[in-house]
Amino acid sequence: MSGANPQPGTALDAPLLEIRDVWKEFPLVSGLLEQLKFERGRLVRKRESVKALNGVSLDIRQGEALCVVGESGCGKSTLARVVMGLLEPTSGEIRFEGQRIDNLSTGRMLPFRRRMQMIFQNPYASLNPRMTVRQTLEEPVRFHHPSFSGDDVRTQVAEVMKSVGVDPSWAERFPHEFSGGQRQRISIARALTMNPEFIVADEPISALDVSIQAQVLNLLMDAQQQRGLTYLFITHDLSVVEHFGSRVAVMYLGTLCELAETRRLFASPRHPYTQALLSAIPRLDRKDSGHIRLKGEVPTPINLPTGCVFHKRCPHAKQRCEQEIPSPLPVDEGTLVACHGIEEGWIE
Amino acid sequence: MALLEVKNLEVRFPLRQGELTALNDVSFTLNQGERLGIVGESGAGKSVAAFTILKLIGKPGYIAAGEVRFEGRDLARCSDREMQQIRGNRISMIFQDPMMTLNPVLTIGEQMVECLHAHQKIGAREAREIAVEKLRQVHIPSPEARLQQYPHELSGGMRQRVVIAIALLTHPAVIIADEPTTALDVTIQAEIMELLLELCEQENLALILITHDLGVVAQTTQRTIVMYAGHIVEEGPTSEIINNARHPYTQGLINALPERTRPGQRLNQIPGVMPPLTSIPSGCAFHPRCEHVLPICRSELPDYSVADGNRVACHYVAQRETTT
Repeated sequence: MSGANPQPGTALDAPLLEIRDVWKEFPLVSGLLEQLKFERGRLVRKRESVKALNGVSLDIRQGEALCVVGESGCGKSTLARVVMGLLEPTSGEIRFEGQRIDNLSTGRMLPFRRRMQMIFQNPYASLNPRMTVRQTLEEPVRFHHPSFSGDDVRTQVAEVMKSVGVDPSWAERFPHEFSGGQRQRISIARALTMNPEFIVADEPISALDVSIQAQVLNLLMDAQQQRGLTYLFITHDLSVVEHFGSRVAVMYLGTLCELAETRRLFASPRHPYTQALLSAIPRLDRKDSGHIRLKGEVPTPINLPTGCVFHKRCPHAKQRCEQEIPSPLPVDEGTLVACHGIEEGWIE
Repeated sequence: MALLEVKNLEVRFPLRQGELTALNDVSFTLNQGERLGIVGESGAGKSVAAFTILKLIGKPGYIAAGEVRFEGRDLARCSDREMQQIRGNRISMIFQDPMMTLNPVLTIGEQMVECLHAHQKIGAREAREIAVEKLRQVHIPSPEARLQQYPHELSGGMRQRVVIAIALLTHPAVIIADEPTTALDVTIQAEIMELLLELCEQENLALILITHDLGVVAQTTQRTIVMYAGHIVEEGPTSEIINNARHPYTQGLINALPERTRPGQRLNQIPGVMPPLTSIPSGCAFHPRCEHVLPICRSELPDYSVADGNRVACHYVAQRETTT
């Protein structure tokens, strides 16, 4: 797959999708009395919020599979939803082929919705249990192409079903009659019926068994090759990333730590958090774990640490890390790292 | 002398559609201080095997045949009262989701003391001291303060540490861990597995680790059992299973992992899905998905053949062994 992609760094790969300094806060619902706090002898009203994304910027290039990894609560699913327009960012911009899409009305968003589709994690929850497979797959085609005749719709759906390995003769069945792997194939088919250019896949294989994971990953890779798709692939499974991604973005507490080509990231991770994360993967061939232990636990996204969000757990943290938020800076070709230590050269 | 010996265990669930065999002729042994992994996909019977050892299978399931020998007793024939002296005392269990295992309305201290009182006649102060010591042993910071806290005040990793501390309270001989890290993040998973390894060595504990993650098994266990559709298809030293699997299913499972293929290449997939227990194929249950299928596979359940320490249930492997 990596061979089929345009090499990063060439002039051809103008970004298909741009994420520009996106912030997302979820206000915590609480009563007026809970919001009142004493501060320096005065009563003030303070509203708390979960800071899910803190100024994330990313470019997704045409034809690539950009993987976003991180632990639970790092904001990777929020990022996926903001990109798809399912959530409105608190500030920042999302651009698709250069055009801003995060502030469009529902009607003006429609043509973009056809071109970007989403695959969700749990195929047991993302398919309507009361609709047959045919109804599920035909609905988006009829909605976006009202001029299509019944025959057109049926042939397009049958074609997509065949391409994902679901027998078109099963179209009259309901989701509960299928296994988890088959259901995920149907969700993928639903995303593909619109012939999208860009697919956001939020943990598409983590609810599946190992042997089925391989089947679904192969299907996603085949679809990319045949249709020239661009993926934003959200996952916590690093071995899948190593296999599937062309570039990897590592997130921690709603912040981008490191962005690099997959091969480069796995060969020489730069950010201290990336190093710790990679060292924790259980490997078949590694007996001594060599695991880098981190101090403490992930802080809550309600009260973010000052400065670098990682500084309290970082083995290299210095005073500057407590005060100043590092911004992602280029280090090698195409690699971005947000770390004062890397910038100033006191971390290798 | 094996610490725990499971012999020809068969577990059935009578259902309206007929009887379902959840475990079919399962036999294995566990030695003192040994770490044994049980791997397989969901529905393979890994958890049923663990629950059966502790007689925790719910009605209408029942043990149709076989024995579970432990410390001179056959647990399969023990009464409920006898089992209460073994469960959580000699054999402890750690479950997948620590939020479901811990009682949300009791403090950590109350739950630990309750467990101690159920098995030992000791005073409240002594029980608290043991609880604090166990929390310290699982590396929980400021253990005295934790006793007053409720499970929701702790993070997922901390909760799982508490569950492990509770499992250790009565110095058990065996710990059964059913997917202990599946609900946790990779960095936390690595810490919990390191902790389990450390404790097993400190206390000479035997561990049965049930998981679907072959990487975790490779790093933690000495011996591995591979299950498919309620039956053990292969057993052997973990390094042999990982590097030198004999059974086509084990080979398929390991080769399907992304790290066994060059990045960007198609993954090796096993065609089809594991059959539901209600419709297990005749003969070898894996035959409809197997690339080496022989006519005999369709009609007869293969016996175990032993090759280089691996125990394999496969006609194809047995035939190849005899011809060479």
